[in-house]
Amino acid sequence: MKKKNDISIKMNMLLCLLFTILLGSCKKEESVNYTDIMTEGEMNAELTAPPMVPKPVGNRTAMKLKLNMEIKEQEGTMTDGVKYTYWTFGGSVPGSFIRTRVGDEVEFHLKNHPDNKLPHNIDLHAVTGPGGGATSSLVAPGHEKVFSFKVINPGLYIYHCATAPVGMHIANGMYGLILVEPEGGLPPVDKEYYVMQGDFYTQGEYGAKGLQPFDMNKAVKETPDYVVFNGKVGSLTNGNELTAKVGETVRLFVGNGGPNLVSSFHVIGEIFDHVHVEGGTVINKNVQTTLIPAGGAAIVDFKVETPGTFILVDHSIFRAFNKGALGMLKVEGKENKNIYSGTIQEGIYLPEGGTIQKMPENATAKTATPKRTAEERIKIGKQIFGTTCFACHQSEGQGIPNTFPPLAKSDYLNADSKRAIKTILHGLTGEVSVNGKKYNNVMPAQNLSDDEIANVLTYIYNSWGNNKTEVTPEMVKALR
Amino acid sequence: MKKFIFILTFFLMFTGVTIAQEIGMALIKEGRFVPLYGASSKKPVFVNSFYLDIYPVTNAEFLSFIKKNPTYSKSKIKGIFADKTYLSYWKNDFDFGSSKPNSPVTAVSWFAAKKYCECQGKRLPTMDEWEYAAMADAKTVDARTKKEFNNYILSWYEKSKTYENEVGKTFKNYWGVYDMHGLVWEWTTDFNSIFLSGESRKDKSSDKNLFCGSASVNASDLMDYAAFMRYAFRGSLKAQYSTRNLGFRCASSTKPKVNL
Repeated sequence: MKKKNDISIKMNMLLCLLFTILLGSCKKEESVNYTDIMTEGEMNAELTAPPMVPKPVGNRTAMKLKLNMEIKEQEGTMTDGVKYTYWTFGGSVPGSFIRTRVGDEVEFHLKNHPDNKLPHNIDLHAVTGPGGGATSSLVAPGHEKVFSFKVINPGLYIYHCATAPVGMHIANGMYGLILVEPEGGLPPVDKEYYVMQGDFYTQGEYGAKGLQPFDMNKAVKETPDYVVFNGKVGSLTNGNELTAKVGETVRLFVGNGGPNLVSSFHVIGEIFDHVHVEGGTVINKNVQTTLIPAGGAAIVDFKVETPGTFILVDHSIFRAFNKGALGMLKVEGKENKNIYSGTIQEGIYLPEGGTIQKMPENATAKTATPKRTAEERIKIGKQIFGTTCFACHQSEGQGIPNTFPPLAKSDYLNADSKRAIKTILHGLTGEVSVNGKKYNNVMPAQNLSDDEIANVLTYIYNSWGNNKTEVTPEMVKALR
Repeated sequence: MKKFIFILTFFLMFTGVTIAQEIGMALIKEGRFVPLYGASSKKPVFVNSFYLDIYPVTNAEFLSFIKKNPTYSKSKIKGIFADKTYLSYWKNDFDFGSSKPNSPVTAVSWFAAKKYCECQGKRLPTMDEWEYAAMADAKTVDARTKKEFNNYILSWYEKSKTYENEVGKTFKNYWGVYDMHGLVWEWTTDFNSIFLSGESRKDKSSDKNLFCGSASVNASDLMDYAAFMRYAFRGSLKAQYSTRNLGFRCASSTKPKVNL
């Protein structure tokens, strides 16, 4: 009898517990039925190319939004000297940013430019309905399809083309973001930007010049040559940096078009104050790196407390330093020594160990190097600097105090160009003295061709108050 | 008199040969193949021998057709037979503007293409016929598994404005036919017989009502993305559509009449 009682008490407790959990969870997920929101008025949707985003929705009521998007197949630049045929929504990769609020009715006009070769369509993850719109939007070149939908789930969603072969359409850049703001909008911030990662598969290796066709085999094997933000190497560096002032709050709408890779999105030197995990309603706080799945997104925001250059990376770090997944946020304003004293090495990632390591050597192509003028060398060299050197030596060659020596007005550099060439060729370890300060660190040998080394050194020697030496591939070859 | 008949016969024979060349059709010999789509099972489809135009129809050729059939001119064509983009690059009804006479005519609707072929005593090729003839490279009947062949086709998708090129500048295939790849898309009679819902991911599932060829997609070489694109393109068309990258050529089941 007692035993039976015990069991029933236990059962009761269990039931109670279950009930509480159910009730609790019910209460939590109590949501407004946005399908019933009536729209008031009509307007044309503002569309923006990355890294800009349209104005916040603020307090406006739900409306009917007319949206015109044109699909263009066009040649663009992947990185210096490398062309690629992009397929785009609205002429940019990623495609135009769409900003709506929950309850909006979107009348979507999808136009396929007459010169295009292929049919396309659009699958918006913000759409509830078959194919996310794809079933209604297959459009032949020179035609237009119209369909409409009501956005009923707040969040940040991606859209992409879903025409056969889907993978190829996405791999060529057919993706973008659509934001559905909650009622009353997201909390206001000072700066908002649009960043989207994508992986690209070209027939030539990273940096191989000319118009590079898409490589289906590499795409199937998931071995990209390029992993980039906003469709190309250097879209957020070399004068295209995102900017903010000390004290401002920056919000990034970050998407990942894929087609294959998952992004470990991180901003070197910052911690995300808030992350809308996976672009949804759950907010996580104080996040270092947030995972963004292929075909997914996240909203992150953080207050910038110190000046400097903060580097956006996919923290699968070889993608950042060897495949292009690297951007910059330049913050200007007063130093705040309480927060950043200048000696902390926060975020500098040195994948190599304490001895000089070699990069694989086979990749240096044996193609004939063209004759170049000093101007050409400087131009090409700047690009190489932006992908290979600046992470340590920094964008203006200023280095990082006590860690990475400066290249700007550098006595060590200007004293001996042969030593500089050898340093890039063979690496350097141990104590050196630059501009009166001692550095003791490791620089790995770099996997660059004679021509590339000549270009990047010429650029460095002709920048930031250095002595304007011109380095030629022959000089490099002699020391290899 | 006898002599005269002999000369006449000789003359007719001679012109017959000349016209055969002028007609410019190549014999595609019968055979079996497994198309990417369209076969309800893995079984190959049989294609009877047929004749196919060596080149796509050119601007000049289409102009002479319009002169004889002005109802198919830009301004006269009925709305149900062609949409507004019909011959959009032509200056007016009888002038193809700055385009080359020997470039393929594009921006023509299926109705107009069909009519053109009928006026020649021909017809549009079926999709199976077209695909059968198009799977040949210069040396083999079926080159679909060759990497270079697929790369060649795929690379065309990345070249813009190839419709401005003249016909006959790409490779001559096994059958003696040019421009099956690398110039323009081409109409086929039954272009819309394969139902692609537009949601191509769905089309890949085993939903046989939607798409009866799903089995063959899985069976045929999935790397044949080049063909995938053609079917997707056809799936996006309607018969009154005309697009700048879409031309046509004619076929015939029998030896072209003029030649008999």
